Amino acid sequence: MYDLKYHRATSVDDAVAKRAAASDGQFLAGGQTLLPTMKHRLAAPSDLIDLRGIGGLAGIEVSGRNVTIGAMTTHAAVAGSAELAKVCPALAALAGGIGDPAVRHQGTIGGSIANNDPAADYPAGLLALAATISTNKRKIAADDFFTGLFSTALEEGEIIVSVSFEAPAQCGYAKFPNPASRYAMTGVFVAKGGGGAVRVAVTGAGGDGVFRHDGLEKALAAEWSASAADGVAISSDGLMSDIHCDAAYRANLIKAMAKRAVSAA
Amino acid sequence: MTEQGIGARVLRKEDKRFITGKGRYTDDIRNERQAYAAFVRSPHAHARVKGIDSAEAEKMDGVIAVLNGKQLTGDGIGNLICGWGVSSKDGSPMNMGAWSALATDKVRYVGDAVVLVVAETQAAARAAAEAVIVDYEELPAVVHAVDALKKGAPQVHDNAPGNLIFDWGLGDEAAADKALKGAAHVTEMEIVNNRLSPNPMEPRSAIATYDEAEDHYTLHTTSQNPHVARLVLSAFYQVAPEHKLRVIAPDVGGGFGSKIYIYPEEIACLWASMKTRRSVKWTSSRSEAFMTDAHGRDHVTTARIGFDANNRIVGFKIDTVANLGAYMSLFSSAVPTYLYATLLSGQYDIANIYCNVRTVYTNTVPVDAYRGAGRPEACFLVERIMETAAREMGVDPAELRRANFVKSFPHQTPVIMAYDAGDFAGNLDQALEAADYKGFPARRAEAAKRGKLRGIGLASYIEACGIAPSAAVGSLGAGVGLWESAEVRVNPVGTIEVLTGSHSHGQGHETTFAQVVADRFDLPIENIQIVHGDTDKVQFGMGTYGSRSGPVGLSAIVKALDKVEAKVRKIAAHVLEVSEDDLVIENGQVKVAGTDRAMAWHEVGLAAYTAHNLPAGMEPGLKEGAFYDPTNFTFPAGTYVCEVEVDPETGTTEIVQFVASDDFGTIINPMIVEGQVHGGIAQGVGQAMLENVVYDADGQLLSASYMDYAMPRADDLPSFAIHHHSTKSPSNPLGLKGCGEAGAIGSPPAIINAITDAIGNNDLDMPATPPRVWAALNAASAKIAAE
Repeated sequence: MYDLKYHRATSVDDAVAKRAAASDGQFLAGGQTLLPTMKHRLAAPSDLIDLRGIGGLAGIEVSGRNVTIGAMTTHAAVAGSAELAKVCPALAALAGGIGDPAVRHQGTIGGSIANNDPAADYPAGLLALAATISTNKRKIAADDFFTGLFSTALEEGEIIVSVSFEAPAQCGYAKFPNPASRYAMTGVFVAKGGGGAVRVAVTGAGGDGVFRHDGLEKALAAEWSASAADGVAISSDGLMSDIHCDAAYRANLIKAMAKRAVSAA
Repeated sequence: MTEQGIGARVLRKEDKRFITGKGRYTDDIRNERQAYAAFVRSPHAHARVKGIDSAEAEKMDGVIAVLNGKQLTGDGIGNLICGWGVSSKDGSPMNMGAWSALATDKVRYVGDAVVLVVAETQAAARAAAEAVIVDYEELPAVVHAVDALKKGAPQVHDNAPGNLIFDWGLGDEAAADKALKGAAHVTEMEIVNNRLSPNPMEPRSAIATYDEAEDHYTLHTTSQNPHVARLVLSAFYQVAPEHKLRVIAPDVGGGFGSKIYIYPEEIACLWASMKTRRSVKWTSSRSEAFMTDAHGRDHVTTARIGFDANNRIVGFKIDTVANLGAYMSLFSSAVPTYLYATLLSGQYDIANIYCNVRTVYTNTVPVDAYRGAGRPEACFLVERIMETAAREMGVDPAELRRANFVKSFPHQTPVIMAYDAGDFAGNLDQALEAADYKGFPARRAEAAKRGKLRGIGLASYIEACGIAPSAAVGSLGAGVGLWESAEVRVNPVGTIEVLTGSHSHGQGHETTFAQVVADRFDLPIENIQIVHGDTDKVQFGMGTYGSRSGPVGLSAIVKALDKVEAKVRKIAAHVLEVSEDDLVIENGQVKVAGTDRAMAWHEVGLAAYTAHNLPAGMEPGLKEGAFYDPTNFTFPAGTYVCEVEVDPETGTTEIVQFVASDDFGTIINPMIVEGQVHGGIAQGVGQAMLENVVYDADGQLLSASYMDYAMPRADDLPSFAIHHHSTKSPSNPLGLKGCGEAGAIGSPPAIINAITDAIGNNDLDMPATPPRVWAALNAASAKIAAE
């Protein structure tokens, strides 16, 4: 790790101001990606602005079927929320499957989606749930938020405050972990809204990050079953190929995980 | 006191400090005026070093020195060597390319050390290392062993034309050819043994301290064999004369072979300590460990095995290309030759074997011994081809093995080894019984109802441990003898220190060695201290690798105990005025048999040191040393049965049963032996299903962190069923065989045999990852559909 200046922000505005004053500042949420990257000397921010001292950014509110999760809520808190489990158990289960206990007690939902790792779990969940990402400046629909590999719609000085969504009638998540990193080699989140609309989001597989799968959405809207997913042709075009597996295998995993996600929903 | 003696499940004495965080590893040591080293490493797999600009780095805060390879060689520091000479078939010596601790003219792999920075802090050293500008002229690189032999391949070392280090053969080629020609059935396979990264929990570390007043060096280092390190550092690298160099290997957190070798970093730190008059510490980061710790395996082999009409093996011919990386590491030449081809007879009575091995240079990390070292490669080949032959011939794989087992001992194989003892059918029967082999078809049918493909695979392994008879290995090119030394010091109060040349880096010697002493003199284990790992304390030793600490290291201790006992009997007989023959040693006493007359053990110790009443002419004291040179290798053997279920949807394999039946000879501590087998199988599962070192075509290491290099974890592993069926080795006093590597040797073929059985496609390389299994399964389905 390189030397840097560490700041503990007291409010969202304070954090924004501190970052603006830094030559190359970075916000620190749970630090589960940023800190290892810095330790590898692959990131070298001049200033680190720690968001963990800011009050009011953590917590889960469930009102009816409306769910709001503070940006600094840890994966462990999401996984362990009894209220969330009542209306949207798939998202709690997703959080419970991220990393290991140490990661889950430090990592946050805001940090995860701001980083938008193409193999992270939350982007699939929030995209399928049609979540709204609230920042200190505006509200952003999940469909507009995730813009590519490690890139989002967030602008300079914009901080995620919370994410919110209406819990769907049914939803499920299944992931196939990378044997080394245990990130998603492919993860599929399926959600069926009250009106029957279906959204299917895929993480870990897309060459351009998380994406919605049109074919699966149509098939599952017509018939909400694993066998309906089984009948969908999954193209490997645009999918990632790396030392762990090729695009054809990821295409196979999209179908397999979609089936499991529907079965779990 | 059998509850602490041989055969007892004594809890490990050393674990108290390890599990309470009080182990003392090299990096825990802080010397006065300690400085820190950081290395500038090549980012290219192959490049000419045209120039080095250190000016900026030298000016930085806290920088003490910036040192390069020209200065190092200018100071007379010698090149790194391979200590085992292996000649080609035509008698020409191996083509060993020059390896300087800091590269001078060329770099040959990503991570090759070029410049050493010494600074007041680790951060300052690293920052300065990044400020050093090396002017490289990139050259084309070669990564794969087979590619390295191709015409026009990039040339790694000028003195190894075509990248060939040696072209070696073992056995009678004409006889093997003739036997295969006359065979009723021939099975042919191409087998790849995947490259592995060793990953000990503790990364390598070294602290070199030059004492100007005494002109003396001390090196704390993560070594499996500190005396060998001292010998090689002084005799070959000329960093310090042997009597002016103390090497200490304190607690060492795992080695798996990778800490046998002397690496550039220790040499450079010793030299830098002399140059700077400072204590110089370097501790590898995990990234450096991936880039620089010697890798293991990496063979490509074609093999043909022939059977007669009665399913008896008539001939076996093997052609292997072994990748030794960019430089020849310390024992790299021996691993794919004398530790590999000599085990190609497996557990079988085979009259005709011929093995050709070509070793090659590539632009990758040097390759050397890794848990099993050559024997896993041999075992994988033999046991994969036996299983495949059984399938081709429609014979039960267990019965094909049984029909070909060596049944009488000693048995001379055609590939040097003379097996001294074993009961191969006994281990097979025990494993089959424990695994309910007969019940497998029903389990397969039940799994099919759940949509799972169930398979079963066997491996009947044999390996050679306890290396090795010195004259024998000397005749095969070894630069050292492979005996072991020990010293037993009985103190005046009767407590005992045992100094051993073996080195524990996880094996539990402080417990098992003490058990042997406790057993011998019927003393409490707490009264026995095992001392190892310091060249100023232990006279000499060859260290720990090749499962040799039991068969060789303990044998030296037993020899010294014999001498101690002889003197104890003489003293007690003199004091008690009886014949030595009337004495028994039990319950902490030297007793006159059948009477209540006795000397307490500590009274004998005191008598030896007060010397008031010793037999005429006897020297005072009670301290004996011994060197033990083994008469033969030992041959641990056994059968492993692996049962798997494959999910056809994703290719995911679950190991649902793993049964081991091992013959380790005498077992001193079954708990520790089981731990060794568990760890060995875990690493075997790693090789078979998870681990793989991957370079891209340009020689960049892609599997350079745990994000991309998959280590086995607890949830990848089943609960192992470990059984023993033992025959004692006649080649050492306790009948020990060694248990440290068997698990890693026997498990990969059992696992791959099981997976290929499950999916109905024998064409499957390690690691059998879900994507590979899925692809192989689809290929098998496509083939069936086409037919």
